[in-house]
Amino acid sequence: MNEHQQNLWEFMQQQSDKLLTQTLQHIGLTFISLLIAVLIGLPLGIFIARKKRFSGPVLGVAGILQTVPSIALLGFMIPLLGIGAKPAIVALLLYALLPILRNTFTGITGVDAAVKEAAVAMGMSKRQVLFKVELPLAMPVIFAGIRTATVITVGVATLASYIAAGGLGEFIFGGISLNNTNMILAGAIPAALLAIMFDFLLARLQKLNIKKLKTATATLPLLLVLLSSFYLLPSAYGSKLKAGFTPEFMGRRDGNLGLISTYGLKIQTLVINDAVMYKACYEKQLDVISGYSTDGRLKAYDLVVLDDDKFIFPPYYAAPIVRNDALKKFPELETTLNLLSGKINDSVMTALNYRTDYLHQSPERVAKDFLVANKLYKPAGGGNAGVVRIGSKIFGEQYILASMYSMLIKGYTDYDVSTKTGLGGTKICFDALTNNQIDFYPEYTGTGLLAILQPSTKIIDSLTHSKDKTYGYVQEQFEKKYQIKWLKPIGFNNAYALMMRKKQAKTLKIKTISNLKRYLETNKR
Amino acid sequence: MIKAEHLSKDFGKVKAVDSISFEVEKHENLILLGTSGCGKTTTLKMINRLIEPTSGSIFINGKNIMDQPPELLRRGIGYVLQNNGLFPHYTVAENIAVVPQLLGWDKKRADKRISELLEKLHLTKDYLKAYPRELSGGQQQRVGLARALVADPEVLLMDEPFGALDNVTRSKIHAEFKALDELKRKTIIMVTHDVQEAFELGDRICLMDKGKIVQDGTPADLLFKPKNDFVRNFLKEQKLHLEFKTISLDDIWEWLPSKQKHTTAKPLSAATDFWTALEHFNFDHADAITIKNKETGDVKLASFEELMSAFYQFKKQTPHE
Repeated sequence: MNEHQQNLWEFMQQQSDKLLTQTLQHIGLTFISLLIAVLIGLPLGIFIARKKRFSGPVLGVAGILQTVPSIALLGFMIPLLGIGAKPAIVALLLYALLPILRNTFTGITGVDAAVKEAAVAMGMSKRQVLFKVELPLAMPVIFAGIRTATVITVGVATLASYIAAGGLGEFIFGGISLNNTNMILAGAIPAALLAIMFDFLLARLQKLNIKKLKTATATLPLLLVLLSSFYLLPSAYGSKLKAGFTPEFMGRRDGNLGLISTYGLKIQTLVINDAVMYKACYEKQLDVISGYSTDGRLKAYDLVVLDDDKFIFPPYYAAPIVRNDALKKFPELETTLNLLSGKINDSVMTALNYRTDYLHQSPERVAKDFLVANKLYKPAGGGNAGVVRIGSKIFGEQYILASMYSMLIKGYTDYDVSTKTGLGGTKICFDALTNNQIDFYPEYTGTGLLAILQPSTKIIDSLTHSKDKTYGYVQEQFEKKYQIKWLKPIGFNNAYALMMRKKQAKTLKIKTISNLKRYLETNKR
Repeated sequence: MIKAEHLSKDFGKVKAVDSISFEVEKHENLILLGTSGCGKTTTLKMINRLIEPTSGSIFINGKNIMDQPPELLRRGIGYVLQNNGLFPHYTVAENIAVVPQLLGWDKKRADKRISELLEKLHLTKDYLKAYPRELSGGQQQRVGLARALVADPEVLLMDEPFGALDNVTRSKIHAEFKALDELKRKTIIMVTHDVQEAFELGDRICLMDKGKIVQDGTPADLLFKPKNDFVRNFLKEQKLHLEFKTISLDDIWEWLPSKQKHTTAKPLSAATDFWTALEHFNFDHADAITIKNKETGDVKLASFEELMSAFYQFKKQTPHE
């Protein structure tokens, strides 16, 4: 345990620059959103407290917004506002709005009717009643709403990294993708501390509030503006082209780290979620992205893969990995899964992915069509000889593979199948496998090597030029370390790749990553 | 001083107040009496425009209240609420100072007036910095009264002002209320559902039912010349008690034994009400009480039986129902 904490501390020290930037971005994001939410929520809350017939619809809409899953809300924002700070702030403020709005409404309508009547009867104008009586008396409730909103916003702001708005989510999601606990904690602990700290500080401010109302109401906005300004700190460096990399790519040796060390690539980089990255590139908000070579969106958005002329991206051949005890329990499983081996090459996979990712066909349908076309499909049998649990990561290709395996198992064996699709990143999927939550899932040789085994640089360099060597190494090591078997590769290589818009790459005459580097160096800002 | 003409207020289809008219003389204390929902509170609140009338008009000193901005009108009318309606976030001093502040008084003038009022209402200066929740119910009601009186308005509206108090505190405040000279200079309209309170504090009573005034008259009018069964039934339960309180020894003077006796006991004034006279029997264990007529200077001596017999003769003589 001690050693573990040491490691986290070391990690945080080593990454202190990044940690500081992310923390400041996080604070900034939180408070810009909060400030705007207060500016909207408070007057609107007062308004609906006055005109009660609007209160139902307004609170209803705010309530519905609150129930939209945060990722979905961020997703909705992209077509409207693109990527980066703007959509993140809008999404966050929509989340912060409900508690502020509802508490303002409840606070003001909750003021004792006799007290309000007395104020009116004394001869106060509407304004005077509001500022001298209603707002001061509602203040504790309103403040409680702002505190709730703050805590929510600090939490949801971690998701801002999905759409390239920065914040501590970069570490958290990078850590989950990279199976790096220290990185997760380096993001999660400061985020939690921020939530606790802001809640505490606002509680203190509230106590002050009763006695020195005027100073407190003046400090609050000032404080909000001050904290908001953190977000506006200039980014590290600018460049002609803008890159968007996934949190996973950012932290990988065969990702951004390799680009920097092997190619010496210096490019302005935003961290962004895979789900929105391709579209952002297509919409020219990003120029270079880190994608997968078999991704269907490559075809959909007319992107081109840059040649990895220095071989930093190791081979990523897909194969199902199965726990040994599952193979024993289900003796027919291995032969069934191997039915798919050698059947899907890169272009076939890209085409299949295109159908799910872009044509929005269901993975089941795409899987069935493929199996039928290749004469592999058999209708489901009895399914009474036990349940095989299939896992998959949270993207289309894995869904398709999981569907295919499910159909094959049902068709060729008497086993039944339960699928647990959408298991976040590598870490979540692999942990589910080792903890006997699932029996197998499709994994990639490169991921097994670099994200799970993490051998020394020397070993990696000796392996990554050859797909067979890589496969042999992971097969041997997984057996030894985890009692997990790599079955035969499916055939395609879904490696990391840098990609650009075809048209732009052509105009700028960029074909390889080295071309890109040269272009960036000769066209510095 | 205050004049309401054909005043009506509809809440949807319900006629809360149905074309009523009444007048209040200067320095008079008018009670709006009735059960819940009879329209008495609605009537009261129309006078300071907390509720706007559907039709009809109200004049104060000949000026139509609808011709003035409501805020300015209200600053000139004191208002006391049942649950005192004190501002919980203000101290006693700040609560009382609300209207002076709205009227733009300087601090010195306001402070002087506030301490003067507190003294009259038997509150010490220690309470100035206290918050309402730290006071007892009776004290809160006194502060509420002070807040209404601070700018010395001509008119005072009181909405069941003593309704939330316990009986002991209430009778104590009733006594203070009657003794307070500030209030003798006011024209007061008070709403209550408490018959005894109405008889004790009112110069005149408007008994209301279903949005209409059933009878408008002095307490004695209501008691001895009830207009209809509604009035009779309304007072029935407490009739004897009310009669005792309403009739003074003056009223029954002629039926008291005329022969004079010399006693050393301190004589009661003939203006004393019958109830108080009876109380003297209880407390003094006296066989007879001495009564002195202030106007004529005559003194009469009456035993308990003689007093009661005079009371019944008075009642027989008054034109009844």
